[in-house]
Amino acid sequence: MKDMLSKQAVGLKPSGIRKFFDIVSEMEDAISLGVGEPDFDTPWHIRDEGIYSLEKGRTFYTSNSGLMELRQEICNYMKRKQGVTYDPKHEVLITVGGSEAIDIGLRAVVNPGDEVLIPQPSYVSYEPCAIMAGATPVIIELKAENEFRLTAEELEDAITDKTKVLILPFPNNPTGAIMEKKDLEAIAEVIRKHDILVMSDEIYAELTYKEKHVSIVEIEGMKERTILINGFSKAFAMTGWRLGYACGPGEILEQMTKLHQFAIMCAPTTSQYAAIEALRNGDEDVQEMRMAYNQRRRFLLHSFQEMGLECFEPFGAFYVFPCIKEFGMTSEEFAERFLAEEKVAVVPGTAFGECGEGFLRISYAYSLDNLKLAIGKLADFVGRLRQNEKKF
Amino acid sequence: MREELLKIIERNSRIDLKELAVILGVEEIDVVNELQALEDEGIICGYHTMIDWEKTSIEKVSALIEVRVTPQRGQGFDNIAERIYKYPEVNSVYLISGGYDLLVTLEGKSLKEISGFVSDKLSTLDSVLSTATHFILKKYKDHGTVLTKKYEDTREKVSP
Repeated sequence: MKDMLSKQAVGLKPSGIRKFFDIVSEMEDAISLGVGEPDFDTPWHIRDEGIYSLEKGRTFYTSNSGLMELRQEICNYMKRKQGVTYDPKHEVLITVGGSEAIDIGLRAVVNPGDEVLIPQPSYVSYEPCAIMAGATPVIIELKAENEFRLTAEELEDAITDKTKVLILPFPNNPTGAIMEKKDLEAIAEVIRKHDILVMSDEIYAELTYKEKHVSIVEIEGMKERTILINGFSKAFAMTGWRLGYACGPGEILEQMTKLHQFAIMCAPTTSQYAAIEALRNGDEDVQEMRMAYNQRRRFLLHSFQEMGLECFEPFGAFYVFPCIKEFGMTSEEFAERFLAEEKVAVVPGTAFGECGEGFLRISYAYSLDNLKLAIGKLADFVGRLRQNEKKF
Repeated sequence: MREELLKIIERNSRIDLKELAVILGVEEIDVVNELQALEDEGIICGYHTMIDWEKTSIEKVSALIEVRVTPQRGQGFDNIAERIYKYPEVNSVYLISGGYDLLVTLEGKSLKEISGFVSDKLSTLDSVLSTATHFILKKYKDHGTVLTKKYEDTREKVSP
């Protein structure tokens, strides 16, 4: 058939990670530092609730927005963690992972020609989702010298009269960067001045290693213009359960709920029951996991320092983002050679935007033993590269 | 750092001091001092090794024994507990709430050795009213470590 495919879909660039994944998965004995999900199992009491809900025969659709009990728990959680009040009836929607919330959130607010501001390096789905929503993505290139935070000047420079919404991806995948209260206050001023919306992807909110995470919705005048996205994947090690949520102004959530209803119907029922347990009794699990991640984070930063590899100290998520510009290779070349020569997989920074060039994403969602082994190989590799440089 | 340090070495007492300092984000000397303090205060009582004897050719039998005793005036259960824990074959002695008083765990070379201990030594103590011995058939998990399965990473190797 002629013109079988959507031009817009065909026009989307495939994820840069995909290509790398194909090489790695053919290598049987490769060690990977390329995973974007926790290494912990979902805590047993949470899994047990999921199993129990199945035993009890809770195998039907829930309401489109999700179980009221879960929405209420999310509101309690937001109040407890961020000190912000949401109405479980109109301001919360349970989605299939944070990813769905990104997609329908954008589709609910943009019109053709609207610009969506996307700071990069960042998660791979913002740009394609913005395009499929009919908007024009506008990239803001974050800089290493700012520790990959978004500054008020950068934001101001990117705003035009077509700007509709800013995506705020912090704590950040892939850089591990965070935005602290002062950083948020600075950009909030610009946001209010230009009267734009914010989509704040806070999926890594529980994983910060400085002070506790501050959400943009805590800043004055921000809650009423922000779609806050969070979920269970990273905080409770529940990636495979596919459960996230959005909180925000009722008018926006009403439209999102419609899109969700027509495309998805409702998020998985089993996962929703398990998630109630996670929010009620999971704080300690989160604390334990956070402590383990922080130990690994310190170990990696120390190792980089020892091998003289430049890396700013990231305080969020479970990634470090070392700079490899000194070796005169692109991120992709470095990652491919490292994989070929040492059989260790890391993700080139460019998979998360062109401005990730010169950087690698290294995940520390691995046991310390695993990290030690892989970092030993990185030290060998880096040592060899420097040795060769000297020769020529 | 105390709690975090204890949690780490409870799982891995062989971790080296330098690494411990790195992952805790402190100086090595601070770790040394803290460990010394914890030992002095009797908080760290020893550094043992977990062994799955099942996998060796050495025969070992373990048992849990519930013991009901008559507490003594002024001493409570302490005297009788001490009489029991002094036997080297006894691994642990706990005072328990509920249907019986002391839970004793012990290891022996054989069933016979353990039943000999119970009938000759334990039951004949004056304050012991009764015993119930349970032999351990299989250890699935011990000290928080699963013995029957190895961790396997089943995640996709690269994901965004």
